[in-house]
Amino acid sequence: MAKLNQPTTSGRSTSRKRKTGRRSPLATFALIAIGLGLTGGVYAAANATPSASADTASSTQQQVSDGEHLFQANCASCHGMNAVGTAAAPSLIGVGAAAVDFQVGTGRMPMAMDGPQAEEKTPQFTDAQTKELAAYVASLAPGPAIPDAQYLTGNTDAAAGAQLFRINCAMCHNVAGAGGALTEGKFAPPLKGVTPAHIYEAMLTGPQNMPVFNDRNITPEQKSDIISYLTYLEKNPSPGGFALGDLGPVAEGLFLWIFGLGSIVGLAVWITAKSN
Amino acid sequence: MAQDDSGSSELAETSSTAVEHPVEDHRLGDPGTAIVVADAPVNPGFPAHRPRLTDTDPKQNRRAERTVFTLFYLSIAGSVWAIAAYLAFPIESGNLADVRTSTLFIGLGMVLALLGIGIGAVHWAKQLMNDHEGIDIRHGVAGSEETRERAIEIFEEANEESGFGRRTLIRNSLIGALVAFPLPAVVLFRGLAPQNVDPIKELKHTMWAKGTRLTKDPTGLPILASDVTIGSVFHVIPDGLNDREDALEQKATAAVLLMRLRPEDLHVSPARKDWNYHGIVAYSKICTHVGCPVALYEQQTHHLLCPCHQSQFDITHEARVIFGPAGRPLPQLPITVDDQGYLVAQSDFHEPVGPSFWERNS
Amino acid sequence: MTTETAIAETPRIKRDGFFGQAANYLDERTSISGVVKEFGRKIFPDHWSFLLGEVALYSFIVILLTGTFLTFFFQASMAEVVYNGAWVPLKGIQMSAALDSTLHISFDIRGGLLMRQIHHWAALLFVASIGLHMLRIFFTGAFRKPRELNWVIGFTLFVLAMAEGFTGYSLPDDLLSGNGLRIISGMIEGIPLVGTWINFLLFGGAYPGTAIVGRLYTLHILLLPAFVLAFIALHLVFVVVHKHTQFAGAGRTQQNVVGYPILPVYAGKAGGFFFIVFGVIVLMASLFTINPVWEYGPYDPSPISAGTQPDWYIGFADGMLRLMPPHLETYWFHRTWSWFIIIPLVILVVFIVLVAIYPFIEAWVTGDKREHHILDRPRNAATRTAIGAAGVTFYAAMWAAASGDLIATHFKFSIEGVTHTIQTALIVGPIIAYFVTKRVCIALQKKDRAIALHGYESGRIVRLPGGEFIEVHQPVDEYQRWELVSNEGYAPLVVRPDSRGRITAGTRFRAAMSRWFFEDRLAPLTQTEIEAAQHHGHGDAPAVEGGSH
Repeated sequence: MAKLNQPTTSGRSTSRKRKTGRRSPLATFALIAIGLGLTGGVYAAANATPSASADTASSTQQQVSDGEHLFQANCASCHGMNAVGTAAAPSLIGVGAAAVDFQVGTGRMPMAMDGPQAEEKTPQFTDAQTKELAAYVASLAPGPAIPDAQYLTGNTDAAAGAQLFRINCAMCHNVAGAGGALTEGKFAPPLKGVTPAHIYEAMLTGPQNMPVFNDRNITPEQKSDIISYLTYLEKNPSPGGFALGDLGPVAEGLFLWIFGLGSIVGLAVWITAKSN
Repeated sequence: MAQDDSGSSELAETSSTAVEHPVEDHRLGDPGTAIVVADAPVNPGFPAHRPRLTDTDPKQNRRAERTVFTLFYLSIAGSVWAIAAYLAFPIESGNLADVRTSTLFIGLGMVLALLGIGIGAVHWAKQLMNDHEGIDIRHGVAGSEETRERAIEIFEEANEESGFGRRTLIRNSLIGALVAFPLPAVVLFRGLAPQNVDPIKELKHTMWAKGTRLTKDPTGLPILASDVTIGSVFHVIPDGLNDREDALEQKATAAVLLMRLRPEDLHVSPARKDWNYHGIVAYSKICTHVGCPVALYEQQTHHLLCPCHQSQFDITHEARVIFGPAGRPLPQLPITVDDQGYLVAQSDFHEPVGPSFWERNS
Repeated sequence: MTTETAIAETPRIKRDGFFGQAANYLDERTSISGVVKEFGRKIFPDHWSFLLGEVALYSFIVILLTGTFLTFFFQASMAEVVYNGAWVPLKGIQMSAALDSTLHISFDIRGGLLMRQIHHWAALLFVASIGLHMLRIFFTGAFRKPRELNWVIGFTLFVLAMAEGFTGYSLPDDLLSGNGLRIISGMIEGIPLVGTWINFLLFGGAYPGTAIVGRLYTLHILLLPAFVLAFIALHLVFVVVHKHTQFAGAGRTQQNVVGYPILPVYAGKAGGFFFIVFGVIVLMASLFTINPVWEYGPYDPSPISAGTQPDWYIGFADGMLRLMPPHLETYWFHRTWSWFIIIPLVILVVFIVLVAIYPFIEAWVTGDKREHHILDRPRNAATRTAIGAAGVTFYAAMWAAASGDLIATHFKFSIEGVTHTIQTALIVGPIIAYFVTKRVCIALQKKDRAIALHGYESGRIVRLPGGEFIEVHQPVDEYQRWELVSNEGYAPLVVRPDSRGRITAGTRFRAAMSRWFFEDRLAPLTQTEIEAAQHHGHGDAPAVEGGSH
């Protein structure tokens, strides 16, 4: 039941070698082998976490085989038959159901085009199909599972969550979850409207360039607190009025110059205009 | 304001073209390189006054009057509204939606009160007050020749009577005294910072020492090497920081970012061979540019980005600067594990952390 | 020149009524009637751009009013307290009393949040309106003699306003402003020789310390407002002494001011405008959140938010920092030279000083010692306008750089691309802006001249008996024409030996500057030329003019 913390996602080859194109298949295999050896050897014992335990148990054999068919039809062209990866995309061995549910459930996978990063779009699969794909990938090797509903309620300690959010998340996603810029055209997306499950899965699996926040770093309870903070922000619109995108002083300054000063200049023109 | 032509403001007559003849430009002073044309275009004088609708049409006039006092009454209503909103929307429940409502309705009442007066007054001035333009005559800003003569004379008399120019010893010693007397006040400001502290020494050390455990920010829980999986990033503070009186000051220099990379991705210089632990590296989180926390770690590119000024550091190459205004790499904290498997510092940083300063010698 | 009228004939105040007696009482003790006589009918010319300075003044009054309210509740202390208020995500979190009291004002005092938001919006408007006011002064040449010193006073007010803004922004001790202070502290540390010590004294020891909020508070509510008030007073005294400038217009000369008297029209308009500005600020404050400190949370040196930016008026300095290329640091003579601080500081100081002394530079180049009370139309001072456009472009590039990360995310660019583009724009932009503006100005001058001499293009095409098609030109009336032709020009300085037969380097430099300023110019029109053109047009069809100019 070890959780193998493989670098998970598809974004790797695209973002790292964006300009030159593709990584040689050999390199991918070598990386997998090294990664497996390291992570498997050193962390097998230490990383036994509750989230990984429900992995295969909750999915039926039927789901797995349906998922396999879906996978071969839609994903195998890049990720390879049996999900071992190709030059175009990484292996999915050991990424776990959480990674699949996040990537497919938010529409990031299948990828539309080769950009700085896979972007969110309307999911291509139904919820059931996503779960089937997740079950199939999870059946290949143990990995982080889809989170338990008890962590997704959004009514745990928002204050603790906010503090953790400021320290671990705000530098990329902005204190109010409005998103922010990364290097070379990549960006941390806004968190408004993202489901608690996807937020949890993103923390757990570290999609694309987002770091992994494993359960030893941020415990499931703490992840739940972070979700509660974001839920609180969504449920409580700014007490001060329209929030101007929560973008801070730049949005405020722009608004002031265009609308504030603009309307005052307009009124000044009226005041000094000759009356007829 | 002797040059102000008090009381000479005059309202031009309805039909008058007040300037019948072009006024010659008899301004004082050297025109410099200005082209002074003898045959300059002629100022045609004021155009005839054009009456407003409110001047000619009594109905319009009454309508404008009605508008103005209606606006003033609206303003009173706005003030009453604001007070009513203050009373009607309590916020003591602790519900933030109430704060929103209270702010909005008190505010809108005030807006009505203010704009009512403002727009009303302007409308009054524009539509109903006499709209004949007046004229003030300008005079040179400088005082008249006579005044200036007298001013000079006064100075000369004062100089004569006091001997300010003559008694040079008195004058010079007075100037010296006047220069010296504010100096104690300047010295007093040394007290802004503690007396027996050397800021330069302070800047060169952090809380880290041999054997100090790396702990998680903000909980202060120690970190096992095995907790730090590949792709992870931990925001780290030294063990015991939360208990210190000067926690924030210490944190401002000791905050560290902990990441694990595959060891073969790290390009380690010989001197730093032992500073990482199986690919786990710790770098100061305080930017070498102007000190923002460099906290954005991209786990696939292994780049660190500072959100303040976009400096980028490459962790695979010992945090060298690859973009942005930073001048030098982030200092690395040498780490290892203790006998219980927890990550500890081998020593303090080997160089001062944070922004550069003049006396920083490395 | 003018005919004696209104004032002499206005009915005298009845001296026996209550107000008459009160006025009498007051006058016998204060000599107030002299003030009324002096100022009551003082004339102010009417133009919308003349109200921009008033916007600044009025927003400052709003700032004083709301700021005073806030001082009754704000605690400028960095003592640690545990928050236990309405904002759930901060409950039980340690923070300074400053942030705690700011949250208290926001959520526990009715109207408190409104006051905070009015205060902050008014502050943004204060600095913005000063900026726009300065642009108006610059582009119309209102800084010329005798107003050079008043330009410097106004400029000082701009700097003071920025200082007021920054100190206020830092007071709540939240995460955003705390990181702003961290940047300031880092910048000060990078100053050669004295930086380390200034930083140490400012923060009262190691950064962040427990003193800075209290110290900034003293600056923010005592020292800086006192200076701002004093300078505003001085500024206004000079406006009275100089009397307001006016645009060229029929009947307006260098020797008169044409407009409305303070009592009653100007009092109505300007007084009403105060309430309008106040009203617009309150409208923004009741509808739009500003500086949601509850989202930022308490300052802590470890966390930071994406999109950490200063308020708009400090943006240009922050942007300049961002535009520096990497590795600009050297270690010479056992000392660290932080060029990435020194270069931006030098550039900013040079830029700011050039703005402050521009009136003296232009006065020296033209050598014009006369007073100027008629404003230039920007097109008629092409080189000045072009210099202004270049300066604005330079400022805008720095300003844009401060929001480079947001530009990147919102327009799907890369941060690196945005930064490199703005770096280029910082250098190339002002040059392009200079030449384009200058050419546009001269083209507009030519157009003005054509209109003054030959009238407007009416759009009516007429076929002459000879078969030629021409467009009928509609002549302008003499009042409009005056606005087009009343400008004066300058000729480039011709270098001549001085009394001792020498040509000094200073003279050569001045001549070079003068050529740069006035080489491309249109000589001012003369009355003879105008009349000739009119006669030419009066022949056959009224005001028909072949488009041959």
